[in-house]
Amino acid sequence: MTSSTPTPRTERTVHLVQLYPRDMNIYGDWGNTLTLKRRLERYGYAVRLTDHDPGDRFPADADLLVGGGGQDSGQFRVQEDLQRIAPELRAMAADGVPMLAICGLYQLFGHEFRTGAGETLPGIGLLDLTTVGGPTRLIGNIVLESPEFGTVVGYENHSGITRLGPGQAPLGRVVKGAGNNGEDGTEGARLHNVVGSYLHGSMLPKNPAVADHLIRAAVERRCGGFDAEPLDDTFAERAREVAQARPR
Amino acid sequence: MSRPHVRLLGQGIRYLTKLRGGGSAFPGLVMERLHPGFVAEELAKLPHGVVVISGTNGKTTTTKMAVQLLRAQGYKVFTNRTGSNFVRGVAAALLGEMSLTGRLDADIAVLELDEAHAVHFVKQVKPRYALLLNVMRDQLDRFGEIDTTRRMLAQVAAATTGTVVLNREDPRIASLAEHVPEGTGVRWFGLAPALRPMFPSDDDMRSAGGPDAEEDHEQELAPRPPAAVELTSFEANRVRLTVDGEPLDATVELYGVYNIYNAAAALALALAVAGPDADRTALLDELSRVTPAFGRGETIEVGGRPLQLLLVKNPAGFRLSLASARPGDYATMITINDEYADGRDVSWLWDVDFHSLREGGVDVVSGTRAWDMALRLDYDEVAVREVVPGLGDALRRFVAGAGDRPMRVFCTYTSMLELRRELSRVAEVAEI
Ligand SMILES: [Zn+2]
Repeated sequence: MTSSTPTPRTERTVHLVQLYPRDMNIYGDWGNTLTLKRRLERYGYAVRLTDHDPGDRFPADADLLVGGGGQDSGQFRVQEDLQRIAPELRAMAADGVPMLAICGLYQLFGHEFRTGAGETLPGIGLLDLTTVGGPTRLIGNIVLESPEFGTVVGYENHSGITRLGPGQAPLGRVVKGAGNNGEDGTEGARLHNVVGSYLHGSMLPKNPAVADHLIRAAVERRCGGFDAEPLDDTFAERAREVAQARPR
Repeated sequence: MSRPHVRLLGQGIRYLTKLRGGGSAFPGLVMERLHPGFVAEELAKLPHGVVVISGTNGKTTTTKMAVQLLRAQGYKVFTNRTGSNFVRGVAAALLGEMSLTGRLDADIAVLELDEAHAVHFVKQVKPRYALLLNVMRDQLDRFGEIDTTRRMLAQVAAATTGTVVLNREDPRIASLAEHVPEGTGVRWFGLAPALRPMFPSDDDMRSAGGPDAEEDHEQELAPRPPAAVELTSFEANRVRLTVDGEPLDATVELYGVYNIYNAAAALALALAVAGPDADRTALLDELSRVTPAFGRGETIEVGGRPLQLLLVKNPAGFRLSLASARPGDYATMITINDEYADGRDVSWLWDVDFHSLREGGVDVVSGTRAWDMALRLDYDEVAVREVVPGLGDALRRFVAGAGDRPMRVFCTYTSMLELRRELSRVAEVAEI
């Protein structure tokens, strides 16, 4: 990252990076990457898709980053690499690069994650939050109300109990489900163009508003503006209605 | 209450619940309450002990095949084929099989148990044999993590007194060998190197660029131990196996590589049980007659045309079912329910690659999560002709619109049960 005002480019190519698909790719995280890729293509932009796995050279020209959940063992494997690229990630986030961090990566975007087994994984402190391993898993369909995105639907499955720092905005308020900790009604976290959340299911296919926020931010930074016809989201709308009505 | 009275009471309840069409586990529950050691005591009497078959995929089919192979070797086999694979389901099955004088007429028990219940079961009954198939992702929303499932199976391996038969190609299962106690044998079933890419593990489900750009993920692993039964190659119904180093050919009536591999697992178990006395000719003969359990490739004639029901419950299984025939030759329907027995979480659909359906498209999508499935297909650019959430309606429209194409229906568990009920009105459907 060199400049905080990226020069507009004529070619409409967006560089999409999935973080740690080898170790942190469970519960349909691919669906988030695929949704971003297809929507960008349907909006008329070309997509370059790169996987970043531990040890890889970090693609510093990324326009949009997405990463997901893993087993605890997967989090241990990526943790060291994440520390290595943390300065770049923090600078990019501050610079407005859109990022989606789900579940395990969401936890590691915070200050630390103390597992149920008593080990502590340091996070990168990009988001002001801390997670401890809880006694039970919080599992089930979940519905939020977000001031920016309206109703957000998904499925949560985590044992981590996450507490937001005093200044940290949540992604939304829980309408149905547990969210960050099952107590304070918050779910996820929002900062600049970074969205952190426990929702998979996958999150983006059924929440086009969130997907399009990330896309718009990426395209505006890369191409200087976003112009495209809206997409037909009938399937997503029907799937959202059903998801909200299903039992937990 | 004295033992025979408890048993007769249990048998009476079983009879009554059957008359009422009630669940098969209830009489077992009564037995468990009244006489907690009942199952262990009865099974301990069997001269050849107990076989536990577990793993996330293919238990029902493999259990059915193992029972058939062992019967071909002359064993009297007791099994829990009612589909209720809980300890109390086993108790209920026992009650059904025992004569009124309380004698179980069997010399070996072959039991299908899901991972969590297998753990509970082996605390009461030490199996002589265990056949552990695979650890895939379908149970995640109940037990949390794949690694948890593996730990459950490790407890089964650790409790086994005779021989543990393991899938060499599933890294989580292969690593269970270290949990097998001293004095207990380990036997393997496996795949020849050329077939291994057909069985992706959940760990390498996605590679760079996603399903669009698959790369070779075969890792350099420690040398594999020799397998008692290795699936060497197959073409349509002709199968070549390597059994204790010796090549053997067989013809099977099985649909898809998945079921053929299950048959190899069942054969490895039968050989472990029968030992050096095994009659291989009889086993291979019987192998040509084994068929999958209902819903695992079962074919039903509807209006003179074959309709295949393919149970799907996790990414690897769905992928294999899709790959087992050329989709363009079939009319295709997909039914996704999210009832408790299916798993409420449908996120796994995003880890299935549906590109192979692009050519022919999907005729009908149905089930409680029909719109999720349609959305999934849309992002893989597969055309969906109709979305009809109600299964009965969907089935009628599918059959009417299939023309002269054979039909394939990919269905989750509860949607399969409902489809079978619908089909039984218009076709011959075997009772489950
Ligand atoms: Zn999760």
